[in-house]
Amino acid sequence: MFNGGVKLVDFKELSKEKHIEDFPLPEKAAIPLSQHTGLPAKPVVKKGDAVLKGQVIGEPAGFISSFIHSSVSGTVAGIENVPLPGGKSSPAVVIQNDGQDTAVEMEKRNWLSLQPKEIVSLVREAGIVGMGGAAFPTFVKLTVPEGKKADCVILNGCECEPFLTADYRVLKEQCGGVIEGLQIICRALSIQKAYIGLENNKKDIAAMVKNAARNLHDSIKIRIKVLPERYPQGSEKHLIKSVAGKEVPSGGLPVDIGCVVFNVQTALAVRDAVCCGLPLIERVLTVTGLVPESRNLKVRIGTPISRILDYCGAEMKPGRRIVIGGPMMGVNLHSADAPVIKSTTGILILPQEEMPEEIRPCIRCGRCIEACPMRLVPAELSRRAENKDWEGCVRFDVADCIECGCCSYVCPAKRPMVELFKWAKAEMRRL
Amino acid sequence: MLIPVIILGGLGLIFGAFLTYFSIKFKTEENPIVARLHELMPNANCGACGYAGCSIFAEMLAEGKVEPQKCAMLEEDSLHEICSILGIERKKREKQVARVMCWGGVNAKKKFDYKTLRTCSAVNALFGTDLECSYGCLGMGDCAKVCPVDAITMGENGLPIIDEEKCIACGKCVTECPKKIIKLAPADKKVYVACSSHDRGPVVIKACKTGCIACTKCVKVCPRAAITMENNLAVIDYSKCDNCGACIEECPRKIILRTDVELPEPVSVSS
Repeated sequence: MFNGGVKLVDFKELSKEKHIEDFPLPEKAAIPLSQHTGLPAKPVVKKGDAVLKGQVIGEPAGFISSFIHSSVSGTVAGIENVPLPGGKSSPAVVIQNDGQDTAVEMEKRNWLSLQPKEIVSLVREAGIVGMGGAAFPTFVKLTVPEGKKADCVILNGCECEPFLTADYRVLKEQCGGVIEGLQIICRALSIQKAYIGLENNKKDIAAMVKNAARNLHDSIKIRIKVLPERYPQGSEKHLIKSVAGKEVPSGGLPVDIGCVVFNVQTALAVRDAVCCGLPLIERVLTVTGLVPESRNLKVRIGTPISRILDYCGAEMKPGRRIVIGGPMMGVNLHSADAPVIKSTTGILILPQEEMPEEIRPCIRCGRCIEACPMRLVPAELSRRAENKDWEGCVRFDVADCIECGCCSYVCPAKRPMVELFKWAKAEMRRL
Repeated sequence: MLIPVIILGGLGLIFGAFLTYFSIKFKTEENPIVARLHELMPNANCGACGYAGCSIFAEMLAEGKVEPQKCAMLEEDSLHEICSILGIERKKREKQVARVMCWGGVNAKKKFDYKTLRTCSAVNALFGTDLECSYGCLGMGDCAKVCPVDAITMGENGLPIIDEEKCIACGKCVTECPKKIIKLAPADKKVYVACSSHDRGPVVIKACKTGCIACTKCVKVCPRAAITMENNLAVIDYSKCDNCGACIEECPRKIILRTDVELPEPVSVSS
C-alpha cells in the first residue's frame, strides 16, 4: 500500500448495476487523428472516399503514434478541426454514416498459435491505446526495451475515480474476454505471472474473476489482489506499489522494475484485436451525475458527446458543467461537439464549482503534503510555480507529479495546485 | 571618558592601517575605457542586450565582443562617443517598435471562461487558448509585466497598448508572448496588419469580429505592391510600404491600422 492519497465517496452505486447498452450509431462520426499520446496520425483517406467499419483512416506518424480506424461505414465528408475534451483541438476525419455498418473482412485467429512478435504487430495495427485515460500506445508497452526485463503483468481493475463504473461493468459482463486478453498480453511479453488489482468496492466480482482465472489451459498464473479503497489506487505507479510492493524510481518507467500495467478495457481490446481481428473502434463509458438515469454505454469512437447527452436526457442548465473522465483528473468540456475518443472513460454532469477569483495564499497547514501519494511537497511547489520559479519547481521534483489532484482536493485555501503544476511542467519543457 | 576614546581611536587606527595595507596589496587595475563606457551606458540594467547588466555590457564592448547598437536604450550622443572611443564606424540605427498583431480582444469570441491562473503563459500551457481563434491575444498582460520601460499597458479592449515613444524595441515582450503575436517593426512605417490568424475566412468570421479573412482587397489596392497574402494572412513588406494608407480604407474588417492617428474604437462587423 502506498503513502498518502485520499478517501473519497465513490458515488458508484448510481451506475453500478446498469448493464452495458449499445449506443445507437451516430449519423456522423468525427474521428480525431490525435487521440493518443504521441504524434498525431496521418490521414490516409480524402473527402468523398467510401470507408467501411474498421478500415484504416489514419496511419502512425512515428514510433509513438497510433493507427486510427473508421468506426462506422459510409463516406468521408472531409477532414475538419474538431474540439477535443480539455480545450485543445485536432484535425478529424468526419464520416457520414450510411447506416449499413458494413465491416471490413476480419480474420479470426487462435492466439495460442501466435508468436509474441505477431501479437505485438496485431495490437499495433488495431490502433490499441491505453483506455484508462492516458491513451499511451499499447504496442509500445508490449515492446520491452533492450536491456530491461518485464516479469509481471498487472491488470488495472481499480477504477479509483469516483462515479466511473465502465471498467467494473466490462469485467463483470465480459470477464472471460478480459482474462483471455490478459493471457494474450502475458504471451506477448513472455511472462508467466499476472495480477489483477481490484479495489475493495468491487470485491463482489473478485470471486467471479478468480474462478474465471483458475481453469486456464496454459501455465500463466493469475492472482487477484483486492486492495483498499484509496484514491489514486488505480494510478500505475501506486498500483505496482500496492500489488508488487515495488516502487518505480523517480523519473523512471514501470518497466524499469519489471512491471507492466494494462487497463481492463485495453485487455479486452487486445483480445478482440487478436482473436477476432476487430480494431479499436468502440469503448464502454459511464454517463452519470446530474442525469435522470445513469448509464454504462458502449459507444463508437467519434460519436459527438452532445448526442450522448441528449440520449441520456441530460439537461444543461447554468451552474452545471460537463466533465470528461473522473471528477479528480477529468477535464471540463467546453464544447459538446467534441467526439468520444479512445480515452474517454466517462461523461459526468456535475454542479459548477466556485473557485476563488484570485489565488489565495498558502496557509501552510501541510495537508497536501500528507495527501500527496508521490511524497512531494505540493505546498512548496505551488508557491514556486506561482512565482514562476521554474528551477525551484525542478528542484522540488515537479516532474514526478502525476496530477492526481489529491492536493487540490484537500487544500483548504482552494489553491489551484494541479493547474500550477501542469503549467510548471509545460514551462519546464520550454526551458 | 579618556579610556573609551583611546580604545575606539586605537581600534580605528588599527583597522585603518589594515585597510590601507590591503587596498594597496590587492589593488586591481581598472580599465579606464570600461569605466568611461560604463558612464555612457543608460544604466537602466534592462537586460535587453542579453547581458546581465550595463557594466557587463560595457566590458563586452571594450573587448569588442558586442556592437554598441545592441543596446536599445543608448542615446544618439552616447552612441557617437562610444563609437569614437572604440574607433569603430557608426552604423545607422533604425528605430524599431513592438506592435501587437491582433485586434481581437473583446471582439474575439471566448471558448470558455478561465479565471484561476490569469497569465497568458499558463493558459497557453494548459489549454492552448481560451478563445475560439487559436492565434489571438490572450489578453492577460504577460507582455506588460516584462516591459522594462513600462511602454505596454492593457487597454479596456482587452489588448495591450504599446506606447511607441517609450518603446525601446528590446524584444522582451516578443519572446514573452506565448502566442507570438508581438512583432518588431520600423517605427517610421506606421501601417500594420493587426491580425495573426492563418485560419481560412469562414473560420475567422466565426471566431472573431475583426480578423483577417484573406479577401485580398488590400493586396489589390496597394499602389506599391507591398502587401502579399501569406497563408491566409495579409503581410506588409516594409521595404516597399510608404504609409499611404490606401489599404486601411479598403479593408472590410478594419484590421489594417496606423499608429500615427488615434486608434479607432473596436468596430463591430456584422458576422
